[in-house]
Amino acid sequence: MAENGTNGTNGQGYVGTRTIRPDGVDKVTGRARFGADFNLAGQLIGRVLRSPHPHARIVKIDTSKAEALPGVKAVITRDDFADQSSEFIPAGEMMMNYKDVVRNVMAREKALYEGHAVAAVAATSSAIARKALKLIDVTYEVLPHVIDVVEAMRPGAPVLHDDLFTVGVEPKPDKPSNIAKRIEITLGDIEAGFAKADVIIEREFKTAPVHQGYIEPHAALATVSEDGSTELWCTTQGHYIVRAHCARLLGLDIGKVRVTATEIGGGFGGKTVVYLEPLAIALSRKAKRPVKMVMSREEVFKSSGPTSGATVRVKMGATKDGRFVAGFAELKYQAGAFQGSPVQPGVMCAYAPYDMENVHVIGYDVVSNRPKVAAYRAPGAPISEFAVESVVDEIAKKLGLDPIELRLMNAAHEGTKAAYGPKFGPIGLEETLNSIKKTEHWNTPLRKWQGRGVASGFWFNIGGETSASLTVNEDGTVSLMAGTPDIGGLRASLAMVAADELGIPYDKVRPIIGDTGSLGFNFLTGGSRSAFSGSMAIVEAAKQIKAELCARACKLWEAKPDQVEFKDGAVRPIGSLGEKAKPMTIADFAKVAGKTGGPIGGYGRINAQGAGPSLGTHLVDLEVDPETGRVTILRYTVAQDAGKALHPAYVEGQFQGGAVQGIGWALNEEYVYGADGKLQNAGFLDYRMPVASDVPMIDAILVEVANPKHPYGVRGVGETPIIPPLGAIANAMENATGIRFTELPMSPPKVLKALREREAAAKV
Amino acid sequence: MAKHHIEATVNGDAMEFLCETEDTLLDVLRDTLQLTGSKEGCSSGDCGACSVMLNGRLVCSCLVLGCEVAGHRVDTIEGVAKGQALHPLQQKFLEHAALQCGICTPGFIVAGKALLEKNPNPTDTEIRYWLAGNLCRCTGYDKIVTAVKDAAVALRKG
Amino acid sequence: MPRVVLVGNLAQLTGGVAEFQLSATSVKQLFQQLAELHPAIQPHLEEGVAVAIDGQIYQDALFQPIGPNSEVFLLPQIAGG
Repeated sequence: MAENGTNGTNGQGYVGTRTIRPDGVDKVTGRARFGADFNLAGQLIGRVLRSPHPHARIVKIDTSKAEALPGVKAVITRDDFADQSSEFIPAGEMMMNYKDVVRNVMAREKALYEGHAVAAVAATSSAIARKALKLIDVTYEVLPHVIDVVEAMRPGAPVLHDDLFTVGVEPKPDKPSNIAKRIEITLGDIEAGFAKADVIIEREFKTAPVHQGYIEPHAALATVSEDGSTELWCTTQGHYIVRAHCARLLGLDIGKVRVTATEIGGGFGGKTVVYLEPLAIALSRKAKRPVKMVMSREEVFKSSGPTSGATVRVKMGATKDGRFVAGFAELKYQAGAFQGSPVQPGVMCAYAPYDMENVHVIGYDVVSNRPKVAAYRAPGAPISEFAVESVVDEIAKKLGLDPIELRLMNAAHEGTKAAYGPKFGPIGLEETLNSIKKTEHWNTPLRKWQGRGVASGFWFNIGGETSASLTVNEDGTVSLMAGTPDIGGLRASLAMVAADELGIPYDKVRPIIGDTGSLGFNFLTGGSRSAFSGSMAIVEAAKQIKAELCARACKLWEAKPDQVEFKDGAVRPIGSLGEKAKPMTIADFAKVAGKTGGPIGGYGRINAQGAGPSLGTHLVDLEVDPETGRVTILRYTVAQDAGKALHPAYVEGQFQGGAVQGIGWALNEEYVYGADGKLQNAGFLDYRMPVASDVPMIDAILVEVANPKHPYGVRGVGETPIIPPLGAIANAMENATGIRFTELPMSPPKVLKALREREAAAKV
Repeated sequence: MAKHHIEATVNGDAMEFLCETEDTLLDVLRDTLQLTGSKEGCSSGDCGACSVMLNGRLVCSCLVLGCEVAGHRVDTIEGVAKGQALHPLQQKFLEHAALQCGICTPGFIVAGKALLEKNPNPTDTEIRYWLAGNLCRCTGYDKIVTAVKDAAVALRKG
Repeated sequence: MPRVVLVGNLAQLTGGVAEFQLSATSVKQLFQQLAELHPAIQPHLEEGVAVAIDGQIYQDALFQPIGPNSEVFLLPQIAGG
């Protein structure tokens, strides 16, 4: 498994233990600096004017009165951004088109959602900036709007883009529509599959848009010099991505833009794109002063991307002994105002946990007048897997089979051909199912109005471009610099790997996240990649250091390469090389670094490949209050394959956090739109996320089926945990009430309505 | 309209500052006094990231006006640790990995400290309901509850 | 010769042909050979395609070797959140 050559570990093995994170003290004392905590002398405050209409042509923008207001130093509109040609680039999750990116950052021809940025000002105070916004005169031609995905697909629906013609259908349409593309995957022969089935279940599901819900709003601080050099501090999951977008949108050399990722207060995919950053830079360039911009919570809900709402139809067939013989699904996902919903991964993941011969999944990417969707933890997968896991549960009930046994019977494992083509390497789904089966939770009896549900989930995980460095300081301490923002314990994990690779104490490794000027390119923190890729780059950097130290030892001891080795934290002679050849630690070399060739360091620059999927199974007990429709989660267990948990507590944290986001998605969270196309619940009171009293302890079972492609066996873990809760809770609801809920969230009004309708039907 | 001149005690220190009528205590703490440990998550009192103590009472500083604290005592996250020594709550949050991104952590520490000063031996349910005013999106609350309970034990031991 | 399969909509760019037997020994060669056969697919190969070789998914790995008996799938690129 270890492909890293010489091993520095002297058995101290920090990896796998629960160290205190090095950035922790600053976080528990309030000292850590997040996006809005940065200030520069002389800074201006920037604020954005946003469209009050969900769909409108922007006829004219008159900024003269705003510009004349004392204290206003710059005003920008669409005229301050060059148009971009149509070109697809991989950006965060979806393929984005720069023509769309520039329009999402600042509206051009049309305002396409309530909250769409139309203009921005920079002024000497927030109060003056707000006043200035009111003085900007925008002439709108209000157009009919459409929100719901099925409505947006209807012929005759208001069309958002005159140049959007559905890709992926034959014949090519001659009229524009809101359907950006149609995709599909097929495996085997779906009709032959259904012909073999003894039981066929077909259901339609509906989910609402939900927001990532990060507690820290977007924030950016930009300062542009007269020669165009730009410095930017922002809260982001990917400062190199921010740099690339801003350079492109503002016509700057990438090398002239230096972005520092501040500490980040949550992202979950929502901070992989740009909103304020290009605006802050454009304002600073115009005002010739630093400009700070922070979104209000209302702006976060209305103007940053939630994930898709969707309509999903699933049809599955199984033999009477439980073999899944056919799986069909049709997914219709909302992309928001511009194309690019995560329907593609939704399509690929729908049946991924299962070994099936016949699969046919179709997906539609559909635009509508609401904010452009952004990635949200395993984008697209929770929706499609929710639908499939619900139907799997119905199959179990129909056949009288245990839902865990049914999944075990059909579980994908090493060698299974995925519905999207390739065969799986080693994966841990069966292990997670068996772990759940063995829990006391699974075997505890339930009472009336209580129900139990189980569901599994799959996500691919990725690697990607990573640059990280290790520098040996004069006193033998090691400075570690990584380039992916630390969202939840990354610095601790990387420091442990460095300590083990070099055989030095953990607290002698000091990790920081470098800015874009300090390291080569790093893809963003997302795709469950930062620990997986970061640790690979650190192993590479450590390898370089060990090789360098061995080479220096050879010179010092006049030895040949095969006479020295790095072992247990020091370079050691193999056999006897005489008096002068005493083992030298890193600290020893550090003292004489200058004299023996110069500063000592290693620089890992890789495109990490070999990411392995992480699969998980969740078990939930809940209780329904028949008088209020309120659902209480009684007990929750997560079992998920981490490959190798570098830091078990932070891996458990991913399991628990993802599970609770899933609980919110299943039971309460949704974007509520009025008939006027405006968001009615743009705040935390009415966009109801779980609080501490809503959930119990979340038991976390760490399964470790090593990923053979990683030096420590690591699999990404961050995203998978949000997938199973939706199906598990829907299944538990059916178990508790006898009603199959197919619409999320299963909020109290909906539950109550279903219970009352059933009562009324029974009386008839 | 002239700004108000306010004198208050912040983390035990006598402070004076100027503020507009509409400035919240959170604005004053972060922008005027440069105490950025209290965070702005929602400005509507729903997330608790701005939690501070006002005369020993837990409040959302985004719901208090700057001028309201004239003559009063404010305690923020910056005053929780005493010198180099972390408060047991802070120490337990670190030991139990009760934070991931850390943005909600100052609010939880202030709120948790308020709880333990009032109720030195809270049950899980009491902890969860007391902390229901603090949103966390990363941890799912599990390790936060464990940390608060363990801090309660440490504080009782003295 | 390696067996190459196009997953999903990619086959629309090759006139519906989803399976190929190509003599490529690297991802770079595979892309070259495919583009020679079906020029319409070239821009999609440059951006937005992941390559699974014998079950292992590679993204942006032009020099990744392909064995003589390898099973290769071209998939849409995956990221995350």
